[in-house]
Amino acid sequence: MSGSPTIASAARRGPRAYRRNALWVAAMVHRLSGLGLAAFLPFHFLALGLSLQGAAHLDGFLRWTDTPVVKLAEGGLVFLLAVHFLGGLRILLVENFDWRANQARLALSAGGAAAVIAFAFLVRVL
Amino acid sequence: MAQPAAGELSVSIWRGGAEGGFEAYRVPARASQTVLDVVTHVQRHIDPSLSYRFACRVGMCGSCAMTVNGRPRWTCRTHVSKVAEGGRLEIAPLANMPVIKDLAADMRPFFEKWQAAGGAFEPTLTRADPVEPVRPSEPARKVADAGIECINCGVCYAGCDTVRWNDDYLGPAALNRAWTLMNDRRDGAQGPRLAAVAAGGGCHACHSHQSCQEFCPQSLDPTGSIASLKRLATRAYLRGEIKA
Amino acid sequence: MNVRLYVWQRGTAALMAPLVLVHLAVMFYATRQGLTAADILGRTRGSVAWGLFYAAFVGAAAIHAGIGLRTILAEWTPLGARAVTFVAAGFALLLAALGARAVLAVVLP
Repeated sequence: MSGSPTIASAARRGPRAYRRNALWVAAMVHRLSGLGLAAFLPFHFLALGLSLQGAAHLDGFLRWTDTPVVKLAEGGLVFLLAVHFLGGLRILLVENFDWRANQARLALSAGGAAAVIAFAFLVRVL
Repeated sequence: MAQPAAGELSVSIWRGGAEGGFEAYRVPARASQTVLDVVTHVQRHIDPSLSYRFACRVGMCGSCAMTVNGRPRWTCRTHVSKVAEGGRLEIAPLANMPVIKDLAADMRPFFEKWQAAGGAFEPTLTRADPVEPVRPSEPARKVADAGIECINCGVCYAGCDTVRWNDDYLGPAALNRAWTLMNDRRDGAQGPRLAAVAAGGGCHACHSHQSCQEFCPQSLDPTGSIASLKRLATRAYLRGEIKA
Repeated sequence: MNVRLYVWQRGTAALMAPLVLVHLAVMFYATRQGLTAADILGRTRGSVAWGLFYAAFVGAAAIHAGIGLRTILAEWTPLGARAVTFVAAGFALLLAALGARAVLAVVLP
């Protein structure tokens, strides 16, 4: 906040009731998943760029990623992408149509569906 | 703090300015007691130097809002029985505003943003013209009427994390007001207002947390008004009617 | 966020919605028996369609992430408005450049 400190900065005593509302959490999940994807993208692009030096370079990298730990991380990335995608659809709906009832349920189902997609991916690759 | 005795409330009240702290008071519990009654009791019977704001006591003036047990509320219409947790109350000034003293928050930023969002009605007629009737059945008037009962208590502004994070954000009340005026056919400042709410810190900064809607004591839907403003301003921008 | 940034961010989001669906589907398809370079490059090399698909995806993602990062930096860091714009624009350009390189790497025959 600008200038003088406010009660919020002066009296930090754990989470406030209003920060626990479901749509606040949905917005936070959307923001953090977006940050995660943004942090991952440069590495994703660099990895694909390896094929500039020939398919063998890309294959070498792909073999390196063929371990359970990396597969788990990839499952996490699939979750981030799915949850950001579904949460983003929710935001487009909220903003462009007068549909604000049941938003908490919608946000929860977006998270749930993303988890299912990520789990299905993990089952497939592990 | 020890468990309050029967018939007694254990009340923590913010004292001092931004660098102040909570002080504990014991206040007799009464039937149908409001949080404002509790604050008034402390000032009248325990410490007359306690500063707070109120006027109407019946939920019309919007001056008595405070943070009660971590949540912004209008204190004159909030029963202690509804919000006290085990006979305990923690009462602080509204968040997201500078503290003047004790329970009095400085509402200047709130009202300055209200003005910045084009919250003032701009008449198109003079006193020489006949009075333009308000037609309650018109669709635009119905939309305006849905948001018009705002009492400017600042509860939505205090409960909004976008306000907390973004100094420039105009906030739910100001944008809700702008939306009602955009639907008032008697108003003559539609263009400048739409440009004001489409700028940085305007309606498009809202993250649709819907906390304002949850906390509004008048049960208004500022998030809905803001979403409508987003659409209106986006259309105007795409048509080249406003610049950004 | 002003209306111009809003239009770009929500516009790229709407554009990416179908692209992400295809991307997820390709991920599931491509991992049917482990990822290999031959499999990936066999699909993409010399393909105009995949080239356009990934070019649009990279461009939209760079814009979308840049604007999103700008909002987060403005709200959560003490950086000033100019520094925030600088960092966010720099990140968007980095994504666009690395992304364009990756698209060329997998598409050029």
